Amino acid sequence: MDAPEHHGPTTATTTDAAIRTAGLTKVFAGRGEPLIAVDQLDLTVARGEIFGLLGPNGAGKTTTVGMLTTRVVPSAGAAWVGGIDVRARPTAVKQVIGVVPQSNTLDRSLNVRENLVFHGRYFGMHGRMARRTADELLDQFRLADRADAEIDALSGGMAQRLMLARAVMHRPNVLFLDEPTAGLDPQSRLALWQVVQELHANGQTILLTTHYMEEADQLCGRVAIMDHGRILALDTPEQLKATVGAATEVRMQVAGDRLQELATALEALPGTSGARVLDGIVYVYVNHGGPRLPELIAAADRAGHTVSDVGVTEPTLETVFINLTGRDLRE
Amino acid sequence: MTATTIEARPVSRAASSAFTSLLLRDFVVVLKQKVPFLMRTVTQPLLTVFVFGYVFPKIGQGVGGPKGSAEFASILGPGLIAIALIFQGIQAVALPLVSEFGYTREIEDRVLAPLSVSMVAMAKIVSGAIQASISALITVPIVLWVPASPVHLHIHWLALITVAPLAAMLGGSLGLALGTRVEPRQVSLMFSILVMPMSMLGAVYYPWSKLTAIPWLRWAVLINPLVYMSEGFRMALTDIGHMNAWAIYAMLIGATGLLMRAGLKGFANRVLT
Repeated sequence: MDAPEHHGPTTATTTDAAIRTAGLTKVFAGRGEPLIAVDQLDLTVARGEIFGLLGPNGAGKTTTVGMLTTRVVPSAGAAWVGGIDVRARPTAVKQVIGVVPQSNTLDRSLNVRENLVFHGRYFGMHGRMARRTADELLDQFRLADRADAEIDALSGGMAQRLMLARAVMHRPNVLFLDEPTAGLDPQSRLALWQVVQELHANGQTILLTTHYMEEADQLCGRVAIMDHGRILALDTPEQLKATVGAATEVRMQVAGDRLQELATALEALPGTSGARVLDGIVYVYVNHGGPRLPELIAAADRAGHTVSDVGVTEPTLETVFINLTGRDLRE
Repeated sequence: MTATTIEARPVSRAASSAFTSLLLRDFVVVLKQKVPFLMRTVTQPLLTVFVFGYVFPKIGQGVGGPKGSAEFASILGPGLIAIALIFQGIQAVALPLVSEFGYTREIEDRVLAPLSVSMVAMAKIVSGAIQASISALITVPIVLWVPASPVHLHIHWLALITVAPLAAMLGGSLGLALGTRVEPRQVSLMFSILVMPMSMLGAVYYPWSKLTAIPWLRWAVLINPLVYMSEGFRMALTDIGHMNAWAIYAMLIGATGLLMRAGLKGFANRVLT
């Protein structure tokens, strides 16, 4: 049963924070050790911001979104969305949020257009307004030619666009996107990124979770890197990448099993800021004006290693994650 | 969208319009699926009345003795109306919920509508009760006109307008209680170990008072809420002897309350973590 709520108007005239959490915690008690899914999260997302929670599966991103969207009951701490206390007034919060969950939750008994029309009605639109807004959204999200299609006939990308259209239909103050492009093909992913960027340009506050570092990098103004229920780092993607302290990341595939030895040797070269072994690949971080690729390969040769493949990139958010945790995002 | 002040509607007004919209959605879905709806409503009572009320008397294989066939049709009618309510409660609430929780996760979106979780569950019960009532109405002409011998109706309106909504809410509540507890792979088991015994031992084919001949059964079936629904409709629609009216009302209200509570609790447990 729900806690009783005040039945006054849900007016919030607070700071610029669209989302704020203080010590927000979720512990799943199960058989065996209780699992701390989210551990004392303190977070502030400003209005108009597009904010990313980046981390591997199981980092606590979805649980965080679950608590902010009233589906998961916090174990401790507090959270406000649009200035409304999520624990005390979940029903009021539901009026001001839009949610695109990880799985397809479209109404299979209704067609594409009806999904939008009824969503509008749930949020208090009258019939004519709901139908008109639905048609506008179908155009905006390039679904107009599928208006009468059944949900099961939609591709993954179309279903995702429809869920996004549904989530913004009632003009929410905060839009939550939980792994919005997981399972989409690259083309659909780019199309969805474009739509999200358009919404952001129109002033929509967005919190998205992702385990794709490109997605966080491309879309988000600020990114919180999450692991084991905690935020490890929080900044703009540029600033986060700058913390790596290197201009270039060199990935070397090397035969043999003495990789750590090689990493140590390369790290000792002047002009490198670090090296590590992960999944059988040696990563070397090279500063501006540091050793160039042939020099690194020569150094590996001298140490008795044969380099079979090399890749050179700028440091990515994944580099940042590896630096913070010693693991990569796919683990 | 960028306004720093949120001017949302009062929670109670938003919730009541969301509630009626959820009912409207279910109504539209029933209209879209009116043929399967009609078929699942009509088949069972039609076949039962046809075999017991038409074929049996015609071939001289009377139920309840040769002179009893007319009386049997009158006994059967109220029972089949009660069964229609229970079946529709399960078909309209429990079965969709099993897939909404299990396969499609649709329910995750429905609980994001701006009303409390228990109101979303309540909308399921009310929608189930409305669909159950429609089924019961469709059943009425079948049980009246199919039997070979005339059915002796005597409508007690006060009883009818009180028993029918209670029984419909009971059907919806049972649907919610089952739908929030049954896993997709257990659906056929639910029909064989729960729905079948309920309907066979629900005072549908015989009045409860006649069970005096089998005392242990007379008391054992009292656990079955369908007994009170059948007896309630028998009281409302015929002059056949029925259970004490106070007992019928008390048990209908009690069973509805218990099942509603179990359903709302089960729903909250499934959608909130």
